[in-house]
Order: sequence, then structure tokens, then C-alpha cells
Amino acid sequence: MNTSWFLLLLPLLSALIIHFALKQRLATLASYYGTAATGAAFALAITLLGKTDSPSFEWISIGENFSIDIGLKLDKLSTGMMIVVTGIGLLVHLFSLGYMKDDAAKARYFGNLSLFMFSMTGIVLADNFLMMFIFWELVGLSSFLLIGHWYQKDSAADAAKKAFLTNRIGDFGFMIGILMIWSFSGSFVFDQISSGLAASTIHTCWLSIAVLLVFCGAIGKSAQAPLHVWLPDAMEGPTPVSALIHAATMVAAGVYMMARFFFAIGTENLDGLWAMNTITWIGGITSLLAALMATQQNDIKKILAYSTLSQLGYMVMAVGLAAPDAGMFHLFTHAWFKALLFLGSGAVIYACHHEQDIWQMGGLLKKMPITGITFIIGTLALTAVPFTSGFFSKEGILHAAHEAHSPFLWVAVGVAALTTFYMFRLIFVAFLGEPRSENAKKAKEVGLVMWLPLVLLAGMAIGSPYVGSIIPSSEDFKPVTEVHPEDALFWYSISAFVVGLAAACVFYLGKKKEPLNIPLFANKFYIDELYAGVVKFAQDLLAAVVHFFDEFIIHGLFVGGLTRSVQGLGHSFRRYIQSGNLQAYALVLGLGTVLVIYFTAFF
Amino acid sequence: MLLLLPILVPLIAAALMLVMKDRAKILGLAASAITLVTGFFLFVNSSCIGTKTFFTVLDDPNITFSLGMTGISAVMLLLSVLVTFAALWSGKCPEGKEALWYSSIMLIAAGANGAFLSRDLFFFFSFHELALIPTFLTIGILGRGDRKAIAWKTTIYLALGSLVLLAGLLMAVQYGSGFDMDSLQVASEKQICIAAFLIVGFGTLVSLFPFHSWAAPAYASAPAPVAMLHSGVLKKFGLYGLLVVGFQVAPEGMQYWVPTLLVLLLGNIIWVGYVTINQKRLDFLLGNSSVMHMGYIFLALAALAADPTRTIAVPAAVLLMFAHGISIAMSFNLADTIERKTKTLELNRLGGLAKKAPSLAFLFGLAAMASIGLPGLANFAGEALVFFSGFQNWDYSEGLGNVQWTTIIAIWGVVISAVYMLRAFRNTFHGATASSTEEVKDLHWCEKVAPALMAAALLIVGLYPNLLIKKITGEPLCSSSCSVPASTATNTEAPKH
Repeated sequence: MNTSWFLLLLPLLSALIIHFALKQRLATLASYYGTAATGAAFALAITLLGKTDSPSFEWISIGENFSIDIGLKLDKLSTGMMIVVTGIGLLVHLFSLGYMKDDAAKARYFGNLSLFMFSMTGIVLADNFLMMFIFWELVGLSSFLLIGHWYQKDSAADAAKKAFLTNRIGDFGFMIGILMIWSFSGSFVFDQISSGLAASTIHTCWLSIAVLLVFCGAIGKSAQAPLHVWLPDAMEGPTPVSALIHAATMVAAGVYMMARFFFAIGTENLDGLWAMNTITWIGGITSLLAALMATQQNDIKKILAYSTLSQLGYMVMAVGLAAPDAGMFHLFTHAWFKALLFLGSGAVIYACHHEQDIWQMGGLLKKMPITGITFIIGTLALTAVPFTSGFFSKEGILHAAHEAHSPFLWVAVGVAALTTFYMFRLIFVAFLGEPRSENAKKAKEVGLVMWLPLVLLAGMAIGSPYVGSIIPSSEDFKPVTEVHPEDALFWYSISAFVVGLAAACVFYLGKKKEPLNIPLFANKFYIDELYAGVVKFAQDLLAAVVHFFDEFIIHGLFVGGLTRSVQGLGHSFRRYIQSGNLQAYALVLGLGTVLVIYFTAFF
Repeated sequence: MLLLLPILVPLIAAALMLVMKDRAKILGLAASAITLVTGFFLFVNSSCIGTKTFFTVLDDPNITFSLGMTGISAVMLLLSVLVTFAALWSGKCPEGKEALWYSSIMLIAAGANGAFLSRDLFFFFSFHELALIPTFLTIGILGRGDRKAIAWKTTIYLALGSLVLLAGLLMAVQYGSGFDMDSLQVASEKQICIAAFLIVGFGTLVSLFPFHSWAAPAYASAPAPVAMLHSGVLKKFGLYGLLVVGFQVAPEGMQYWVPTLLVLLLGNIIWVGYVTINQKRLDFLLGNSSVMHMGYIFLALAALAADPTRTIAVPAAVLLMFAHGISIAMSFNLADTIERKTKTLELNRLGGLAKKAPSLAFLFGLAAMASIGLPGLANFAGEALVFFSGFQNWDYSEGLGNVQWTTIIAIWGVVISAVYMLRAFRNTFHGATASSTEEVKDLHWCEKVAPALMAAALLIVGLYPNLLIKKITGEPLCSSSCSVPASTATNTEAPKH
């Protein structure tokens, strides 16, 4: 058996053992076991780096022409992504050992985390669209379970449900897209799609529709507008989960999937597809809206969640500009520094006794120096300060926009300024100044098992682009890791950073309460309210009306009338033959049977 | 002789129960265990069994009691014996009613098994009727709520459906070549009329829109084992009938009715889907969801009718019939358990059960996830294949045809079913505990047996659908077939026990 199968099966085995053998009784063992399994997966992922292979077995086959395989595709894209998934997964497991130490359902947490690792591995290694869809749904399930970890809380239970349903809407389009690609190319195996499309006479308009439908899946999973509403709510889950699933890996799966898909079609074949324009628009709008929303949030995790949305919008924009490599590069660097920021916020929340409001914090840099410094390093990477990882990958996207002569270059620069603004707002308010609550006063640095992952991630937040060979990308992609001051784009980024930082200094340095008040941004453009209204009036009202018609028209008049007339007939039967209600039926049946024989025998 | 066992054993058990009333449960368990083992053996060896004629009822026209197996009937038999065992194991019989309770289950099982094994139209139809009678009786006598009225309504409704069906079958026999199901053929000019009768007749039994409104109240009222058996197994008779009789007798007739069928099946998926969203009780919600999911199987049948070269359609339909049968039976079983523990199925009076009864939450969650088509469980494979069958041989230069449009709209049903199932799960298991759920204890091992059996079936088929698909298409799963000794074959595929 090929060793790459173990990469997939190891976390599954771990999930099964934790859920069915160890359980809450042996919760501590379960937590160590889950961590060890992830460590083993990480080691295995390193040995597989750069290999190319594609083992598979037949899952469904009908006749000669139709079969669905479960197969693994190892190449630079998938093996690099596996390093991100298992590497950050391992650090998050480590962090969770501390963060979830006293949780009443620790075993369930670690079991579900393993389930997530399994599903995510499946997405990354899938060699065909249907297998990707299968694991796509399974990460949806594990995300549902982990967001709803504290399901007794109504908010957590609702958030879990919302995440699952919103993703389902995206998957509606995804499924249709897969069906179309299969119809056009005769296959859904990534390696065969391009030759299939080349052989078919399909009009580019149809191909555009199919691409856009497949992209619907990414809209759901990567929380792009208009399906972005689930991601901020998903912060109800434990913070390490937010770091792993809702920042670094799962939400990036949409970008990964599109990259996989576009590499399969061949990026040179994307020219002239109007769908690309739509994708860019969606990415651009998402990144701008989310950055605006982030500026007015007070919950430390919500700020990071909107920041994640905004950065995902960047990646999608790159994908739409037919530069999936730039998108994947940003995905790669973003995974490390955003995981760092989330785990850092987890450490802060843990130290402040589950206080999440930044206005109730303050002065944390002095109380928690390691957390504070690593958090600032993460912020510098996110705000694209030169020589950090985020700078190089963001430059890549700016270049892609510049080369395409796209107006989205200006959106990207504007969002960069906004990013700097809201991140330094967060730092000024939460980490500098004086503590503004009892919880913040009592905060102290977290233990080794929690700060060690922060330090390692901080190392990656600076250094990840220099480890060029692990970047998940096409085979010949080389990351740019030099600063070019002669380039105009460099100065755009720098001025965006300076403007954002200056604005944050002016408004927030040394402030004790929010000086700005923009209800539109604070209330997320009222989109959540709008959707709640739509669900209430369009879905629930429709359901009620349909139910009414079903009950009273179809059932009441049509069927009820029929029943009543037959019942009347039955009553007269009973009057004459003195039988019970149900025996009328037996009589009808008997007559019927006689009729069959009569007709067939004598006609 | 082996072919007779799945019919005779339950019949004999039912007869014995009337005599030995206090041993009814033991008898039932023994009988259903025997049928489970025989059914499984027959399933594994179906390709070596062939058709066997036992006796002749009439010479002209030729009515014979002959039984036999095809790949499709093998799958249906497996479904039937699994659900029968689970149904017999679960449910709580009221004191003093054991004989009626357990013998009804046995009669339904005998009828269903007989219908799936018959190779003669006369017995095919009669066995189904045999199974319907105890269904009505148990609703009327042992049911919940307004049982008399519901029993009446169901009886009349299904009896009328059966009569329409009878008329259709009768015409098929009249214009065709007799009762033998292996040689049904009718001249094309008669097919449209026959197909209409068959679609309405079989359709009513399967709750095809707009003949669906009997189903939810009947399942809510029926005792749990009867609801499990009817929704899980007996209802599949109509689909099985359309597939093995309808398409043989009147392929051109079926093709004629494709546009109508497409509209009606969207009624099942979308209309009934929204009806389901509005349900306030778990049992009604499950009943309606079962009606809704019939739409997907009809979709596969419609795709097949529109283009007989769609090879994916038959495996898709049969796989989904099996998967849905198991998952809905499991849901009704667990809903009954919930009702016994909390005394209510009103969604707004439940809550927080996951904390009190984690295994119940796990099993119900699994059934719910199966029913909304989560990959890894059997239903997903079925649903995905149904969608693929809708797009098979699509001529895209012509744009989207009506089957493709219907498939696309039908996929929206995947969202609808997630909406109501997650709502039900969230209201029942998540959130704070309600007064009804405060004192609940987790499942006793005894209550776990039936759902665990069904969960295992869903998982095994879901993880490796080829197990059933190869059976349905009649290809060998591996190179060996009849030469394999039955015992080893059973061992390699026996994790269902």
C-alpha cells in the first residue's frame, strides 16, 4: 500500500479511536493521542514533499464508461498544502492542550479536530472533483461540530447551523458545476479535464457558466460575499478552532479548489471567460466590505474574522485575475500569520478569563510580553511590512492586478491601508495603554505549551516565503523574495501602510473609548439583518403558505372530499353488511382480485 | 426452497403468535433473525439462484407461484430483512397487545419479501396487499392521535391507489402476454394509457405529489415499527414496481409521461420540501421528509424514461431506495425513542438532549446527516448518482433540456432538507435543556441495537457503494462469483451483524 494513504487514514483512525474507545473517560490521553497523530501526519507530509504520484481505487463503477475513484494526487500544490494543514494543525493541537485543558468535553473536541484533519487532507489530496466534493462536505460537518462545541449556548448552536446551511447554498452551485464540467469534458478527474475540454466543442459561454458554478462552492467555503455571513458567527467555536479552520485552512479551501481547477484547465485557457471578471469582482467587493466592517468591531476575534474575510477576498481576486499562483502564495503566508494572530487572541482571551472586548483590555504587552510581541509580528506580516511574509505575497497580488491593468489594483491598495488601520487600532487598544478592567489587570503570560506555538508561528510569519520549496503552487512558480524600491507598486504599499498607521495613531493611540462611531460598519452593512429578514419572509412565509395549501387544498378538499365520499359509501356498506370499518377495504380488495381473474380468464 | 423462507418463516411465526400470545416477542425475534440470515445469504448468492416455479394456479392465463431474484430484488430483500429485524427489536408494545403487534410486523415483512421475490404479477400485487392490511389495522387499533380517522384516510387512499394500479396491471396482462414478469410486453399504442395507470397507481403508494398527503399523518400515527416498515420498505414497492414492471411493460408510455413526471417530482422535492420546513413536530417532519426524498428516486426514473441509455439511472434509483429505506426507518425508530423518553415530539418543547443522551444524539445525528446526503453515508452516493443520471448523455449543444432543468431545481432540495433537518436537530439536541428533557437518561444498550445495525448498513454502503451497485448492475464485485462458497462470502461482507 502506498504510504500517502496513511496520510489520509491516520487522522481518521485517530478520530475513531478518540470518539469510540478513549472518550471523555480518558480525555487527557485522547488529547495527547490526537496531537501525536497529527505530529505523525506532519512527519509523513514532510517525507512526501515534492513527490508526484496518484494512487487510486474504484469507489463506484457502472458499466464501462462511468466510474468514480477515490484517488490521491501528489504534486507540488497538494504536498505543499499538506505542510500548511498538518503543520498548523500540529501547532493548534499543541496550543489546545493548554487552552482546552479543563473543558468538560475535551475528548469530543480532540476527536472532532482529528475528523477535521481527515476531511481537510481529503480535500487537499483529492484527484477528482467528486472526491473533493465528498471531503468538502465532510469539512463542513467537522466545522459544524467544532463551531457547536459548546452547543448548550444558543449562540454557538445557531452559529454552527448557520455555517452548515450557508455552505450548503454554495454547494448547490458547486454540485451543478461539477455536473457540467463532467458533461463537457467527460471526466471529473483533474488530470483528464483539460484534454476532455480540448476535444469537446463547447462554447466558452458554457464554460464560463460552469466555472462560475464551481466557484459557488468557493463562495460558500471561503466565505465570499454574499455568503460571507457565517464566518464571523463561527467565532463562537473555541479559539484554536478559529485559528485552524476558520482562518488558516478550511476557509482557504475555496481558493485551493479554484487553483486546482484552474491548473487542471490550464491558466492560458482562462482568457476570455467572462466568469473571471465576476470572480475578481466578488473577491474585490468582499475584501473591501470586510475591511470596512473590521474597523468598527470590538470583539478581538471578530476583528480577526473580518480580516480573514478581507484577506480571502484578496486571494479570490488573484484567482479571478488568472493568477492562482499569487493567490496560493498569499494563502500560504496568510495561513501562518493569521493562525498566529488567532492563537495570540486565544492566549489573550485565556489570560483575561474569556474577556473578548478589546475596550476591556489594555496594557497587555507588559503583562504578556511573548504573546504581545508575537502578536505584533503577526500584525506586521498582515499589514505587509517589507521583509515579512505578507509583504511578498501581497506584492504578488498587486503585480497580478497591475499586469491585468485591472482597477482592482486600487481596491487592493485601499484595503491594505484599511488593514493597517484596524490592526493597529487593535494593538493600540488591547496591548498598549492602561488595563481597563479587572480581568486585564490580572492577566499573566500563558504557559509553555501555549506560547511555544506562538513563537514557532511568528518564525513562519517572517520566514515562510524563504522556504520556497514548500509553497503550494504550480511546479514552476518561484516566489519573489526581494524588495524592489524602484518599483512604483512598492511605494503604493508603503504609502498605504503609512496612511493606515497614521490614521490609527491619530484616532486610537491612548484612547479609553471608541472615538469613531460608524453604525453602518459596526452593523456589517446590515447584511445579516437583511438575510434574517429574507429567511423569515421568503423561506418561512413561503413554507407556511405552501403548508397551508397542502393541508387545506390538496389534503382537505381533494383528498378529504374523496375520503368523505368513500366514507359515506362505507357507512352504507356497514349498515347493510354490519361489518367494521376496515373490512370494507378487504371487501374491495377481494372484489378486485376476483376481477383480475375474471377479466384475464374470460376476455 | 431457500427462496420460500423469507416469506414462510414470518407467516408461520405470525400464525404461531396467535396461539402463543405471551411468546410473541421471542417468536418474532427468532423469525426475523432467521429471515435476516437467509435474506443476507440470498443477497450474496442472488446471481446463482434464478427463478423457481413452485406451483401453477391457473393454466390459461398462466398464473404461477414462482419466485426468483434479480440484482434489484436482492437489494430490496436485504433492505426488507434489515428493517424487519430492526422494527421487531425496537418499539414498545402496549401491554396485552403483543399478538397483534408482533404478528402485524411479521405479516408486513412476509408481504414485502413476497412482493420483492415474486416473478408473477398476480403474486407480486397480492403480496403487497397482504402487507397493507396489517398496516391499516395497526394504525386503527394501536395508533396515536386521531387514529380512526387517519386509518380510514390511509386505507381508502391506498386502496384507491391499489385499484388504479390493479387496473393498470390488468391492462398490461390483457394486452400483453400474461402474468410472467420476465416477459411483459405491450404494443406501443396501448402503452401511454397503461403507463398513466401505473404511474398514478404505483405513485400513490409511493406518495408521488399530489397523492402524498396520506403519508405524514399515517407515519405519525402508526406504531414505530409499522412506520419504519412502511416508510422504509413497503413504500419502495411502488418504485420497485415502476422500475421492474412499468419500464418493461410500457417504456414508450413512460417516455410519453416524462414531462408530467418531472413536474410532479418537483412537487415532491420543492413543494413538500417547503411543507416540511414548516412542520412543528418531529414525527410529521420525518414523514414529510420521506415524501420529499421520493422525488429524487422519481427523478432517476424520469431520467431513465426520457433516455433509456442512461446507465446510471437504475443503480442510482435502487441505491437511493435502499439508503432512504434504512435512514428513514432509523429516524422513526429514534424519534419513537425520543418520544418515550421525553413524552413529546413538539420541536419547541425539546432541547439540550445531546447533553443528557449523547449516544442518542450521535445516532439521530447520523440518521439526519444520512438523510440530508452527507458523503460517507449511503444516501449521498444515491443522490449524487441520481444527479449524474440527470446529466448523463446531455447534449449541451441544445442547451439545458427539461431533465437537466429539473435536476438543477432538484439539487436545491439538498439545501431545503438541510434547513429542516438541522433545525430539527438543533431544537431537539442543542441549546439548553427543556423541562421535558431534564430527566432523560442515555440509551440502554438494548435501545442501541436496532439503530446501530442500521447505522452500520448506512456506513458500509456509504463508504463502499460498489457493494450494492455491482449487485444491481449484475457485474461481479470481484472476479469470483458463484464458485465462492457461501460461508466465506458471508464472512467477508458480514460486518452488518
